[in-house]
Amino acid sequence: MTILIVLLSLGAFFCLYRALKGPSIPDRAIAVDIMSVLFTSITALMALRYKLAYLIDLSIALAIISFVGTLALAKYLEGRSLDD
Amino acid sequence: MISSVLGWISLCIGVGFTLLGCLGLVRFPDLYNRMQAATKCVTLGTCGIMLGVFLLSGWGALGVKALLCALFVLITVPVAAHALARGSLIFGVKLWKGTVKDQFTTDKGGPSIIEEQK
Repeated sequence: MTILIVLLSLGAFFCLYRALKGPSIPDRAIAVDIMSVLFTSITALMALRYKLAYLIDLSIALAIISFVGTLALAKYLEGRSLDD
Repeated sequence: MISSVLGWISLCIGVGFTLLGCLGLVRFPDLYNRMQAATKCVTLGTCGIMLGVFLLSGWGALGVKALLCALFVLITVPVAAHALARGSLIFGVKLWKGTVKDQFTTDKGGPSIIEEQK
C-alpha cells in the first residue's frame, strides 16, 4: 500500500514538471487539474492505509473544488463571462 | 478472501494507468495530445483505485463514499477537460505540426487552423 502511495506521488511530480514548464496557460491548468485528481486518489489510499475513514470526505471535497476551478478557467479562456 | 484479491488487483491496475497518464502528460508533443492522454488514463485509474478501496473496506462508510467519489470523478473530469480543450482552441493555442484533421473550425465555417500554420 505504501509503495502504491509513493508511485502516485511520483506521478504528481510529473504533473508538477508540466505545470512549471508548460508553454501555455491551459497546459498549466490541465496539469494542476490532473494533480488534484491524483491527490484525491492518494487521500483515499491513505484513508485505507491508516484506517482514518474521515479522509475520504476530504477527497470528495477536493474533486468538487478542482472541477469548479477548471470550469471557471475554461470559461475565462473562451472569452465569456461566468454567468453565461 | 476473493474480494481482497480483487481489490488488490484493481488497486494495482489503477495505479499503473494513473502513472502512465502522468508520463503521457510529460512526453506528448502538444496540448491536446497531452490533455487526452492524461484525462482518460487518470479517470480510469482513479475509478480503479476507488473500486479497490471499496472492495478492500467493504460496505462501510469508507467504501460507499469511495464509490460516490468514483462516480463523481467519472462525471466531472471529462467534462472539465472538454471545456478546457474548447476554450483553449478558441483562445488560440497552436496545434502540433503533424496534425492531420481539424473538424472544429471547419464545422464553424472558418478556415482550417492547420492550413494557416503551414
